[in-house]
Amino acid sequence: MFPPREDILRVMPEIILSVSGILLMLIEPLLTRARRNVLVSLAALGSGLALVSTIYPAMLPGTAFSGLLRIDGFSVFVHVLVEAVAFLVIIGSVDYLDREHIQHGEYYALILFATVGMCVMSSAAELMTAFVALETSSIATYILASYRRDSPRSNESALKYFLLGSFATAFFLYGIALTYGATGTTQLVRMTFPTTAGGERLLDLGLALMLVGLAFKVAVAPFQLWTPDVYEGAPAPVTALMASGPKAAAFALLLRILASVSAAGTFWFWALWVSAALTMFLGNLAAIAQHNVKRMLAYSSISHAGYILVALAAAAASDQVELGVAAVLYYLAVYALMKLGAFILVSQLGGESERHMDIDDFRGLAMRQPVAAACFALFLLSLLGLPVTAGFLGKFYIFQAALASRLIWLAVLLAINTVIAAFYYLRVIVVMYMREPNQTWPPVPMPWAVTFVLSIAAAGTFYLGLFPGRVMALATQAALSLPGR
Amino acid sequence: MRGSYLLTVLTFLPLAGTLAIFMLRPDDREWIRRIALAISLFEFALSLLLLRGFVLNSADYQFVELHNWIPSPPIHYHLGVDGISLFLVLLTTFLTPIAILASWKSIEDRVRGFFISLLVLETGVIGVFVSLDLFEFFLFWEVMLIPMYFLIGIWGHERRIYAAVKFILYTMLGSILMLVAMIWLYELSGSFDLPQIQNMLVSGQVVLSLRTEQLLFAAFFLAFAIKVPLFPLHTWLPDAHTEAPTAGSVMLAGVLLKMGTYGMLRFCLPLFPEAAHRFAPYVAVLAIIGIIYGALVAMVQTDLKRLVAYSSVSHLGFVVLGLFAFDPTAVQGALYQMLNHGVSTGALFVLVGMLYDRRHTHLIREYGGLATPLPVIAAFFLFVSLSSAGLPMLNGFIGEFLILAGTFVHHVNWASYAAIGIILSAVYLLWAYQRVFFGEVTQDKNRTLHDADRRERVVLVAMAALILWMGIGSVSFTRRTEASTRNVFVLMQRPQIYNARAALSSARPAIPGGVR
Repeated sequence: MFPPREDILRVMPEIILSVSGILLMLIEPLLTRARRNVLVSLAALGSGLALVSTIYPAMLPGTAFSGLLRIDGFSVFVHVLVEAVAFLVIIGSVDYLDREHIQHGEYYALILFATVGMCVMSSAAELMTAFVALETSSIATYILASYRRDSPRSNESALKYFLLGSFATAFFLYGIALTYGATGTTQLVRMTFPTTAGGERLLDLGLALMLVGLAFKVAVAPFQLWTPDVYEGAPAPVTALMASGPKAAAFALLLRILASVSAAGTFWFWALWVSAALTMFLGNLAAIAQHNVKRMLAYSSISHAGYILVALAAAAASDQVELGVAAVLYYLAVYALMKLGAFILVSQLGGESERHMDIDDFRGLAMRQPVAAACFALFLLSLLGLPVTAGFLGKFYIFQAALASRLIWLAVLLAINTVIAAFYYLRVIVVMYMREPNQTWPPVPMPWAVTFVLSIAAAGTFYLGLFPGRVMALATQAALSLPGR
Repeated sequence: MRGSYLLTVLTFLPLAGTLAIFMLRPDDREWIRRIALAISLFEFALSLLLLRGFVLNSADYQFVELHNWIPSPPIHYHLGVDGISLFLVLLTTFLTPIAILASWKSIEDRVRGFFISLLVLETGVIGVFVSLDLFEFFLFWEVMLIPMYFLIGIWGHERRIYAAVKFILYTMLGSILMLVAMIWLYELSGSFDLPQIQNMLVSGQVVLSLRTEQLLFAAFFLAFAIKVPLFPLHTWLPDAHTEAPTAGSVMLAGVLLKMGTYGMLRFCLPLFPEAAHRFAPYVAVLAIIGIIYGALVAMVQTDLKRLVAYSSVSHLGFVVLGLFAFDPTAVQGALYQMLNHGVSTGALFVLVGMLYDRRHTHLIREYGGLATPLPVIAAFFLFVSLSSAGLPMLNGFIGEFLILAGTFVHHVNWASYAAIGIILSAVYLLWAYQRVFFGEVTQDKNRTLHDADRRERVVLVAMAALILWMGIGSVSFTRRTEASTRNVFVLMQRPQIYNARAALSSARPAIPGGVR
């Protein structure tokens, strides 16, 4: 039986992404190396078209494919986010791939496939679909992490990510099995009550295992140990993708389960609270000790996942989830922008085979490359959460959600962490602005593609920092569109 | 004066001016300086319009601008000045050109960035003083840290990075907790708008429980106390001051510290009066310790700039004491003392900077007998020192007198201990003066120093004239501030709470023993 026309339109972005990915793989052998522009254009066009075609799911909300997918404001918000990330990462990778002599075609195809997975994760209304989506996105990312083939670190990164990631998905899968046993369904909205005897404990166990699996994917304590190695070893543009895209999608899945399954809210609350506190402290304290910029940004990613967990805990604690969910969505958008900007910038400044990744290599950058330094400073200040930048408003909404749910102590811990984080973000600014340059290599040119990505990230950082109204309204609508508990 | 855009223009003109500077080539130093000076002078001239339009005897906010900004949560672009903030804005616009002139020759490296930072700083500080929305206030409060951080960290002296990082971390620790308190206050009142929250509290629409009020007070107060800085949170200040370039010190002492005391007067007292009353004795003790400790430490400094920095700790102790005496006269004096300290200490830093430009040291022992080669600088230094020490006829006297007179009415012992600080301030200032300027010229290098040039004289004369005018023409200031400082006490009224407490205290004897 062929699915109805609406259902096809509802997954238009996914279709476009998959088709472009497949086309890329088909065309690549037919082209000489010099014709890489065709591949770049096709990949960019595919992700751009997918972004535009998100208008279809936006106009056709509802369940699709016999309840496997649920297209609502929430899924559309996350779709736009991950597609935009994919688009920017593809453009930001072009010069990196040339420099590192990496084949273009498959790389872009993998990014597109990973994006399909992320998109489906955000709209999955059924756990098996969610699992398939999670695997699609994960496997593509494992391969991407290993793309600097001759670098041992990149191989280590991919292997570590793959092994630990497989464990995590196994946990997730086992959790699905247990919840299915308890409730007799894998449909999220029907999972409200256990149907079998002793099913409550089974449901709790299943939810716990699913939380473990997803906690690994979003890299929160105590499942964050893989992050620094993986982020450091993977090619920098891939790190940009990993830090912003899959994380957003995994958080989206967490949120959907949290909002749909009422048992999750109460059962997860303390786990989220403790994990949030732990994650923030572990991420920030470890980041202080780092010398490698990529590692530092990796630890900072961990701490930011902790901040997002604060909003998640707020959503779990309150009867009105929308404040917390909207805060998470807003922060995910903000976070994707600034992390993407930071990693793409670092990927360029790092030079060939990412040699200059030590914080000390950024000495006096403000004197050598004032614009690049200003951009990096902007992203760092935004990560730190200084007003006028997007990071501040993101944090502001998290504070608001936490305090509305009366999580005053968690809010205070978040505040303390902001100050701890200031220490290492400012250190990079100190190095860039207050030390004399001593590098032996010439300033790194900024190709137009990288400049384009950085301009969008910087403009977005200001826009979301000064005029949050429109995006926050969308995030709130998205939060309200989730099926209520 | 509704419908006026004066405050918006005043706030953002320096920021817009930085664009003009951006268009110049980085090595075009002379024009960068000139344009920065022109912008800041134009800004000062514009700010004088505030005086002309300001309605006397009104405690209302004037030149109000109110626009929607962020729909959810409701945050407004709300600006306005009253008697409390009026002169602080003017102080800022006055000190910025001074700071620019004072760094005319001493900054040769990355000149463009320096003047851009100074102008951005001016925008931030004015924004803090004119914001009437808590969110907006916080935004300016934090944004202003970054230019100051760069001013200290890039153009400062040897230990500049340590000082800059210490400065920013201290301030952030306080302010982030203030942000939490602001959002909490929003959860309780449903508004970020200061006048609106104030009305709800005064009318009893929103009642804060004592515990809530105390926690909120503590969070706000910590942020402001770090900024002031109140003993024992002052340790960032000597480092920041000593390491900052002259312009940084002038702005830091002149206006940034005032943001702390301004915040106490604007937020801590009127929003949380009950908590303020309960904490007042402790605050006063810290303020008095600050007054005496700051003065004693200043006395033994070997570094001239550090001496002035510690004198700030002492002088701002007076301001805090005046605020927490809960007396209209003392509050009036505290406000006046904020302005005095801005001008006098600003002038002292300018003078110390002039000595540094000539000899590249702040150490007192490197100087001695400077009155012979530098008669003009010596004369102004004496004049400013005396004003800082509170000589009658000059500005410092008025502020300290009002604070002590107001405090004395309620707390004789507070006033007596604080008065020791005045004596000590004369001791450390005059003793330092004596060691630097009197006696024989001990170092040969000091014989050939050149006296103040025309640019420096303009700066010194402008500051000295203001010092003198604030000393003899104080009424022209106080009559504009009086209505607003009195109004603080009106805003501290809480009908419901007092009634409830009265009911509670009358009921209390009945509980344990019953009616006998």
